[in-house]
Amino acid sequence: MIHTIAAKELKLLFASPLAWVVLTVMQLLLGYNFLRRIDDFLQLQPRLSQMTSPPGVTELVIVPTFGTLAVVLLFAVPLLAMRLIAEERRNHTMVFLTTAPVSITAIVLGKFFGLMAFLTIVTGLAVLMPFALAANTTLDYGLIASLTAGILLLAACFVAVSLYVSCLTAHPVVAALGAFGALLGMLLAGETAGDSLRTRNWHVPAALVQVFTPIKNFEPLGRGLVDTYAIACSLLLIAGFLVLAIRRLDAMRLRG
Amino acid sequence: MTEHANGATLCARGLTRKFGAHTAVNNISIELKRGEVLGFLGPNGAGKTTTMQMLTGNLAPSSGGISICGIDLLERPVAAKAKIGYLPEVPPLYRELYVDEYLLLAARVHRVPRAARGAALERVKARCGLPDAGRKLIGSLSKGYQQRVGIAQAIIHEPDVVILDEPTAGLDPNQIRQIRDLIRELGGQHSVILSTHILPEVEAVCDQVQILHHGNLVYSDTISALEKFHSGRTLLLGLRNAPPESELAGIPGVAAVEKEGDTLFRLQCAPGANPTDELVERAVSSHWGLYQLSPARTRLEDVFVRLTRSEVSTG
Repeated sequence: MIHTIAAKELKLLFASPLAWVVLTVMQLLLGYNFLRRIDDFLQLQPRLSQMTSPPGVTELVIVPTFGTLAVVLLFAVPLLAMRLIAEERRNHTMVFLTTAPVSITAIVLGKFFGLMAFLTIVTGLAVLMPFALAANTTLDYGLIASLTAGILLLAACFVAVSLYVSCLTAHPVVAALGAFGALLGMLLAGETAGDSLRTRNWHVPAALVQVFTPIKNFEPLGRGLVDTYAIACSLLLIAGFLVLAIRRLDAMRLRG
Repeated sequence: MTEHANGATLCARGLTRKFGAHTAVNNISIELKRGEVLGFLGPNGAGKTTTMQMLTGNLAPSSGGISICGIDLLERPVAAKAKIGYLPEVPPLYRELYVDEYLLLAARVHRVPRAARGAALERVKARCGLPDAGRKLIGSLSKGYQQRVGIAQAIIHEPDVVILDEPTAGLDPNQIRQIRDLIRELGGQHSVILSTHILPEVEAVCDQVQILHHGNLVYSDTISALEKFHSGRTLLLGLRNAPPESELAGIPGVAAVEKEGDTLFRLQCAPGANPTDELVERAVSSHWGLYQLSPARTRLEDVFVRLTRSEVSTG
């Protein structure tokens, strides 16, 4: 049943112009960024060749491209997630799912995986770009794999948070702005809070705060480093907000 | 399980729903057998939609229990919901989808087996008058067609209980007649709950009537039992050469006379009396020029207005 709802979400996304606009804008931004980085790399190349252990094309071109993708996701995911619950409630279509023999958990997970499927397509398009270079240079495939995993994990964090905010209101625009605010807040405040806690030697609270800093948890994988604590933090954030979303939707049935 | 044994498809006991201090629905019980059509009536704001939401598992009751075919809706919601089809007040339609896509999605979420979906789609489209609408976008359909798609999604999985919230709202008279025929047909195999405030609709298709007023059930019986309940009807009398009102009021069985127009009178009959014979005889013998004699309201309308009068008089 989760798969049915996920398929429905994906289909509805592509039935509306929003998905196509997001794909187009994202591709234009990433393409421009990618080409500019290559240009920079070609100018730097003579100097790089004099270094003993120079950074490769993967680090200088592909890592920043994925950084751009992370920023684009920060804007795009709240917009895409507002459709999931808030817009369904506004259009009175939520009843279609809540009347069907489907549990709230299946509805929330279906919507989560539906949007993740779309973001996997987005990431897939971004991953294809580096392969355009494969014919003329050697790529660090390990780093590309870790970047891809990192971006997907980051996207999942964004989706979970945005999905929860989408449950809080029946106004899609409020949901999108709220989710964007929450994600930006996590990005800015989470990092500052973590740093200031650490300078006071409060290591346990600092480690807990790290759960709420998805971008910070993306960084190790973005450098090709598998930091199990960062991955665990991301998974905890995803699970936590999905549970909150399920509870919130269930409460709607009770509270009316 | 006992309910299932005696053939009840839907059984609700002591349903109450409070929103804060306000009681929207107070201690309502409903029992419905297979093949019955229940008309659910009430003025706007009486709690009809709240009750429907509770019966379909979209709203948890503050107290009371609901069982669908013997399955407790609150304890085993998924199993019970599989036996319900619901058309809410606003049909839950995805405007971006084609009719076929949408109805197949409805079949999938209602767990119709893959092999049976194609046949279910064709059957439901034929039933709801949508044979050629399959490749049309729902958003481009007229309101009447959208309403039909709404009904189609509620019955595609052949549910035991079909709950329709104002299914004929906003339709033209021909469409209303088609939908009524469809509801009557559904009543053959399913149990149907029909919420409406169009009274002739209930008299035309329902076996049972329940009237809700301020969240309380004020009337619950079969349509045929209305006869016993109603006391005194209202007649419309049209006379070209009308006598003084006092003369009309003097006829045995007439409780009150109200002048509607120059030649039209509204007669309130005494409980149990039927003065029509007397009226016709006098009209002929006194040359009143009788041109109209008809019941002013349907029987159901009489009962409805009486039971919910406070609402009507306040507007």
